[in-house]
Amino acid sequence: MQEQLFSPKDPQVLKAEKLQIASRRKKDSSLKLLFIAATSIGILALILLLATILVDGLSSLTPDLFKNYPSRRAASSGLKSALVGTIYMVLIMVPISFLIGVGAAIFMQEYAKKGWITKIIQLNISTLAGVPSIVYGILGLTIFVRGLQLDRSLLSGALTMSLLVLPVIIVSAQEAIKAVPNTRRDASLALGATKWQTVQRAVLPSALPGILTGVILAVSRAIGETAPLVMIGALTYVAFLPDNVLDQFTVMPIQIYNWISKPQTEFHDLAAAGIIVLLVMLLVLNMIAVILRNRFQKNL
Amino acid sequence: MNVIQIDKLSVYYGDQQALNNINLGIPEKSITALIGPSGCGKSTLLRSINRMNDQVPLMKVKGDIVISGVSIYGKEVRTEMLRKRVGMVFQLPNPFPSSIYDNIAYGPRLHGTRKKKEIDEIVETSLRAAAVWDEVKDNLKQNSLSLSGGQQQRLCIARALAVNPDILLMDESTAALDPLSTQKIEELIKDLKKEYTIVMVTHNLAQAARVSDQTTFLLDGEVIEFAPTVDLFSTPVDQRTGNYVMGRFG
Amino acid sequence: MKQPLSNHPFNNRKLRIAEYTMPVLLFLCAFISVLTTIGIVYTLFSESISFFKEISMSEFFTGTKWAPLIAPTSFGVLPLLMGTFLVTIIAMLIALPIGLASAIYLSEYASARVKKVVKPVLEVLAGVPTIVYGYFALSFISPILQTLIPGAGLFSALSAGIAVGVMIIPMISSLSEDAMRAVPKSLRYGAYALGATRLEVALQVVLPAALSGVISSFVLAFSRAIGETMIVTIAAGATPQMTGNPLNSIQTMTSYIVQVSLGDTPHGSLAYGSIFAVGLTLFVITFFLNILASAIAKRFREAY
Repeated sequence: MQEQLFSPKDPQVLKAEKLQIASRRKKDSSLKLLFIAATSIGILALILLLATILVDGLSSLTPDLFKNYPSRRAASSGLKSALVGTIYMVLIMVPISFLIGVGAAIFMQEYAKKGWITKIIQLNISTLAGVPSIVYGILGLTIFVRGLQLDRSLLSGALTMSLLVLPVIIVSAQEAIKAVPNTRRDASLALGATKWQTVQRAVLPSALPGILTGVILAVSRAIGETAPLVMIGALTYVAFLPDNVLDQFTVMPIQIYNWISKPQTEFHDLAAAGIIVLLVMLLVLNMIAVILRNRFQKNL
Repeated sequence: MNVIQIDKLSVYYGDQQALNNINLGIPEKSITALIGPSGCGKSTLLRSINRMNDQVPLMKVKGDIVISGVSIYGKEVRTEMLRKRVGMVFQLPNPFPSSIYDNIAYGPRLHGTRKKKEIDEIVETSLRAAAVWDEVKDNLKQNSLSLSGGQQQRLCIARALAVNPDILLMDESTAALDPLSTQKIEELIKDLKKEYTIVMVTHNLAQAARVSDQTTFLLDGEVIEFAPTVDLFSTPVDQRTGNYVMGRFG
Repeated sequence: MKQPLSNHPFNNRKLRIAEYTMPVLLFLCAFISVLTTIGIVYTLFSESISFFKEISMSEFFTGTKWAPLIAPTSFGVLPLLMGTFLVTIIAMLIALPIGLASAIYLSEYASARVKKVVKPVLEVLAGVPTIVYGYFALSFISPILQTLIPGAGLFSALSAGIAVGVMIIPMISSLSEDAMRAVPKSLRYGAYALGATRLEVALQVVLPAALSGVISSFVLAFSRAIGETMIVTIAAGATPQMTGNPLNSIQTMTSYIVQVSLGDTPHGSLAYGSIFAVGLTLFVITFFLNILASAIAKRFREAY
C-alpha cells in the first residue's frame, strides 16, 4: 500500500523521491558513525592514558613511596616531602583565595552598580582566567620571590597559586550567588534585614555548596599545576619537611617532573606511581565536588 | 472523503497517558479545529499527525493514523517523507536566522530541488500563497529575524507551503500575535482551505468558531465531541462541551 | 522632638557600620583581581624594557636564531614562535575535528543515557594535569611514533602536539556543545517539520546558528594550546629552530621560560631578561586571542 503515499502520484516521481530520502538517511547514519568514532577517541585516549600510567607505576606504588624523601637512587626515592608540600601549599592557599575570591564575587553580584568600573573588573576577571599559568609564575617570581623577598618559600608558592586560582573561585562563586532566587533576598529584606545581613544570612548559605564546588575545582587545578612553581623555583630535591611558611619546599607535580626528566626508566616508573597518587587525589576531590553539586541543586 | 483517519490512537509519555483511544475522521480540504483546556492533549494529537512527537524521548504510540489510506506509524514510513506531505506551523514563529529567501528555499533544497530558477519560483508562489509577498518581495535577502512577529509567522506558513504538502497542521499559530496579524492569518487559513486540509489547535474559541468547518473538543486525552463547528457551539451534545464553550471552565 | 541618632527607633548604629565597611572590603577583594593584572603587565613590561635596551625590538622579532645561553648569543624569537605554532597547529588539527564531531554527537544524536557516561569522561580528561599528558607523550606517544615513522626522535613537535591536542579536545567539545544546545529547540522543530534528517538539522540549522560560539571555542582552545607549558617542556625537546618538520625536536616560548628558570641563570643577565620578553610576547598573543574569542562569543549571545 506504500505506493499510495499519499495523494495519487506518478510512480516514477514517488520512486525518485524514495531514493532521495534513502540516500539522505544513509548520509545521516554514516555520519552518525563518524561522530561516534570521534567521541570514542576521547574516551579511548583516557583509557590509554590511565592504562599506560597504571602499567608503569603500579609496581612502584609501595608504602616506601610515601615514607622516603627523594634520592639519587630510584629504589630509595619517595615523595614524602612533595606530598606534604602539596598539602601545606593547599592549606595556605585555600583560605587566602577563598576570602578574596568570594568577597570579590559578592561585590560583583550584590553590590557593584552597573557601570564602567564593574564592566572593567568583570572583563579583567575573564581575562585573568585565560592567562597562561606560566605567566603567573613570572609574576610570582618577580613580586613574591624577589620583590617581597619571600624567597623560594612555601608562602611564595601558595600566594602565586592563590592568584592563579582566583578567577576560578570568583567565577564559580558568582554563578552560585546568581543562582540564588531573588525571592529569598526579598524575603530577608522584607523582614527588616540590612543588605549585608541579607547577603550573609539569606544569600551565602544557599550559595555555599556552589561556592565550595568552585573551591574544590580550584584546589584540583592547583595541585596539578607545575609550570608556575617551576618558575618561582620550588626545589626538585627537598629531603626535609617544611617547618614554617618561609621554608623551601617541593610539590607532587614538580617531583614527578623531576623523575620524568631523568633518563633512567626506574625513575619513570616512580613518576608514574606519583601520577597515580596525584590522580587519586584529584578523583577524591572530584567526587566531593559532585556530591556538593547535587546538594546545591537540592538547596535551590 | 476522510484524508486523515485516526484509529484507536493512544499516546504515552513515559508512564503518563496523554491520549486515550482517539477515533477521528478528518475530511479533505476542510478546516478542523482542536479545542480543549490546557493539557487536554490537543497539541499531542496534532503532533502525532506528522510524527513530531517522535522527538520526545520515552514516547509510545498505540493505535494508528491513516493518511490517504497509508498507515503513518507503519515500519516502512520515512518521517522525512511524511513531513513533506504534512506541513506544520508552530505556536511561536521560528524562522531560521537566515534570509527570507533561504528560509523558504530550505525545504525544497532538502528534498532535492537544485535549480535556481525553480527555487525562485517556489519562493514567490509560497510567499504569495502566504499573503506576505507584497511586504517582502523587495527584501528577499534580508534577515528574516528583522520581520515583525506577524510577518515571521506568515513566512513560516510560506516555508511550510514551499514543500507542497497536502495537509497543514497549525499549533496555536496565532497565539503570540496581535489582533491585526491574527486576522490576516485567519483570512489566509480560510483561503488555503481550497487546496489544503488544515488541522489547527487553538485556545481561542472565537477563532475556532470563525474559521473552522468542524471542531473537536478534547478533555483529559479523550475526544468528548466532534461535530460541525456550528452545531458544536450552538447545540453541544455533551454537557462538558457546553460548559467549556460557554466559558464555565478552561 | 527629634531623637538622637544613636537610639533612633529606625536606626541602628552597629548595623550601619557593617553596611558601610563591607562594601569597601568587598570592593578591595575585587580590586585584587585588577591588581593582579596590573602586576602581570607591569612585571612583564618593566623587565622587558630593560631587555629591549640591550637587544633591539627588530632583532628580537625578526631574528631567526635563538641562542641565549651559548656564546655568541643571539636573541631572535622567531624559532620559538615557530616551534609554538607548530605544536599548536598539530594540536588543533587533532582537536578541532574530533572536538567538533563529538560536540555534534553529544548535542544532536546522543541519548540522555550516553551523555550521562560520556560527559563526565570528557570532564575527567579536561581535569588531568598537564604533567600527566607530558608523561603520556614521552612514554606512550613518542615510542609509538618511533616505531611507525623511522627517524622520529624521542622528543618531537608531533608527539607534544598530539598530547596537547588530546588535552584540548574536551574544551572544544564542551564549549561547542554548550553553544549548539543553546540554539532554540523551535528552530530544530521547524526543520524537522519540513522533513529534514537529523544530520541536516545538525549541519544546516544548528551548526550555522551556533557558529560564533563554536568558533569562539576554537580560538580559546588555540590560545590554551599556545600557553601550554609542561607537555612541550617534557616532550617537544629543547632545540630552538626554524622548522616545519613535526618530527624535529623544537622549543616553544613556554618551554624556553621553564628551561631558563630551571638553570642557575643569574638575575639581571640578558638571558634572565629574555624570559620576560618571551613571556610578554606569549601574554600579548594569548590576551588578544582571548579577547577575540569573547568578542566572537558575544555576537552569538546577541543573536539569541
